[in-house]
Amino acid sequence: MEFQLNDDQRALRTGTRQLLAALFPRERLRAMVDAGGPGGAGGPGGAGRPGGAAVDGASVRELWRELGAAGFFSLRLPEERGGTGLGLPETVLVFEEAGRVLLPGPLVATHLAAGLVEGAAEGRALVTALDRPGPVEHLASADAVLLLDRATLRILRTDPGPDPDPDGDACTAVLPRALRARSVRAVDPTTPLHLVSQLPDDAGAVPGELPDAVRLRREAALLTAALQLGSALRTVEMTVAHVKARSQFGRPVGSFQAVQHLCARMFVRAEIARCSVYAASLTVTFGDVSRAKLLADTAAVRNARDCLQLHGGFGFTWDADVHPHLKRAWVRAAQWQSAAEAEEGLAEELLNEFPAGLSTGPGEVVANVEISSE
Amino acid sequence: MDLTFTKEEEEFRRRLRTWLRETLPKLPAKPPPDQWPARRAYDCAWQRALYDAGYAGLHWPTDAGGQGATPTQHLIFLEETELAGAPYVGANFVGLLHAGPTIAVEGTAEQRARWLPPILRGEEVWCQGFSEPDAGSDLASLRTRAVRDSDAYIVTGSKIWTSHAEVADWCELLVRTDASAPRHRGISWLAMPMDAPGVTVRPLRTLAGSTEFAELFLDEVRIPLSHRVGAENDGWRVTMVTLSYERGTAFVGEVVACRRTLARLARTAKENGRWDDAVLRRRLGRLNAEFGALWRLTQWNVSAAERTSPGGGSAVPGVGGSVFKLRYSEARQELYEAAAEVIGPEALDAGHPWTADRLSALSYTIAAGTSQIQQNIIAERILGLPKGR
Repeated sequence: MEFQLNDDQRALRTGTRQLLAALFPRERLRAMVDAGGPGGAGGPGGAGRPGGAAVDGASVRELWRELGAAGFFSLRLPEERGGTGLGLPETVLVFEEAGRVLLPGPLVATHLAAGLVEGAAEGRALVTALDRPGPVEHLASADAVLLLDRATLRILRTDPGPDPDPDGDACTAVLPRALRARSVRAVDPTTPLHLVSQLPDDAGAVPGELPDAVRLRREAALLTAALQLGSALRTVEMTVAHVKARSQFGRPVGSFQAVQHLCARMFVRAEIARCSVYAASLTVTFGDVSRAKLLADTAAVRNARDCLQLHGGFGFTWDADVHPHLKRAWVRAAQWQSAAEAEEGLAEELLNEFPAGLSTGPGEVVANVEISSE
Repeated sequence: MDLTFTKEEEEFRRRLRTWLRETLPKLPAKPPPDQWPARRAYDCAWQRALYDAGYAGLHWPTDAGGQGATPTQHLIFLEETELAGAPYVGANFVGLLHAGPTIAVEGTAEQRARWLPPILRGEEVWCQGFSEPDAGSDLASLRTRAVRDSDAYIVTGSKIWTSHAEVADWCELLVRTDASAPRHRGISWLAMPMDAPGVTVRPLRTLAGSTEFAELFLDEVRIPLSHRVGAENDGWRVTMVTLSYERGTAFVGEVVACRRTLARLARTAKENGRWDDAVLRRRLGRLNAEFGALWRLTQWNVSAAERTSPGGGSAVPGVGGSVFKLRYSEARQELYEAAAEVIGPEALDAGHPWTADRLSALSYTIAAGTSQIQQNIIAERILGLPKGR
């Protein structure tokens, strides 16, 4: 057991951090935040485009092409299919870095769609996803939607034309007619949202050679947790930098014990989430993934709240980067697995697996679930 | 990153499991918690059994009489012994986890030969004379003074909250040897025999009703210079070695124990109908997440120790232990609060086994450095915030 990053993983993390610093510097995030803010197209005085916030298809598409060229979506595709052939642990490290810089767009869905939806691996197709009625991001500009309805995977397309995907799809349908969705002005200025009230029925779904939806949902929850983890670690850094620099009563506020203790708690929260996310990337068991999502959601939301508190009045302004972290953390916490679902599932696990489940062997085999068909 | 075990580690686990299965049924019943002499005998007998089977001082270096096991093997040992319901280290806690490792790292050849074997064989029990009435978390303000008199120190002062003092043979004692030096620099680490003239032990009753700790009064106790571990006035650094052990590995078995208790709690709730309460159910689910995460954090810390000290044995855990200790001590209290919810009015029965655990868990955010001190350590030493006042 060597539960530490190896040299390749450290190098990957450093490389990703450098890449994202160049590709998505703070100014680019701010431009998107400001476009979605007061006076921006998505703000109260703005044009109120469908889909809510002002991050339009064009800006995300441009980003997608750049990320695709950098291999972001094809990380886990085998090399003979144009990918890098990396595993989930490495992917988690890359997503953690994406979470640090608040990279916008349906990152998790497009990554999962690589190899399933033509163009996703290269960043030419923008793919979003949903697994139940509720919020779905970037729906208006998406080319396809992964619909992970319990054990069923379906792919809804905006363009029902001939299917060029050599692997075959289970089902295609035309968007947005297939989904009953209502656009809302999203609280996160960089994440346009629709609220879906009802999933389309699966009439017309045909069986195909697709990975099972249970596995994909677990991976989606894990990668979302990795994004939350990155955000939680970043808000600790932002806070520590601020309380070292900001002086009150003639001393840096970071020397006040009340401030120190909040910072320490932020750090502990993030560290506990980090170990959970990394462990889940190795085992991909239901329990580990649920723990990772629950604790990473908590860390991202609570740390952003404490970051805001410790920035004082500065933190409550639009110009500070605190609110994009908090608002994005709220969105992600509502995706894939809510706190209630995770807690209920983990309570059930106590009855089922212990004490046998205490032992930390290799990950359980995820049951193969049949793709539903007519 | 890897959470799988090597063939050697799996083999180690298998052998240990077999031995535990054969040995544990032969153990006598554990004496009640307030009968300390009987408890001491029980704990020492268990230590002797471990010694005879080659599991004593597993994580100690071989040149100190230990087994030189890797941190991962030590982790497996703690996990398996707890899963099997083996006795807790008990009265041997200070010797095996504090004083022993400190002497192994800082002691002379004679000191190691004198003190380490009896600890490993379960023949001598140690206690810890660190805290004083005016020096708890602010340990460096301790006032017990030691004055040189030819080949000995004459020690006068008092210590408090000394666990197992009644049944201990030796005390790892912190004394002030230079009152004029800056407060961290005038401290020395001494091994004091508990039967030395001038040592008085007065048991203190805990809020749980037990007498597991005591006050020590030291009236001109004569301690030979040869009983000092480390240089004179260098005791603070020696102590930091000890404390980092306490915060690094001391609670590993207890995380496993808490996970077992939590599973038992869930089954109890299922049986008595409390499971139908969604609020309580979700609390138990969140505790499952917390203890699972603490176990992963433990594995992370152990792997980090293994990386910095590939030969195993002498790895000294770092300040990362504060991260674990802060959250673990709170989660353990939350666990017994949830237990009280599950069992309802019976939680008010002092005879209920979970009531004793609920009460003893109250000490966890205080002992071995309060939660507030742990937060100061994290803020100043890990996050680099300016020192507070």
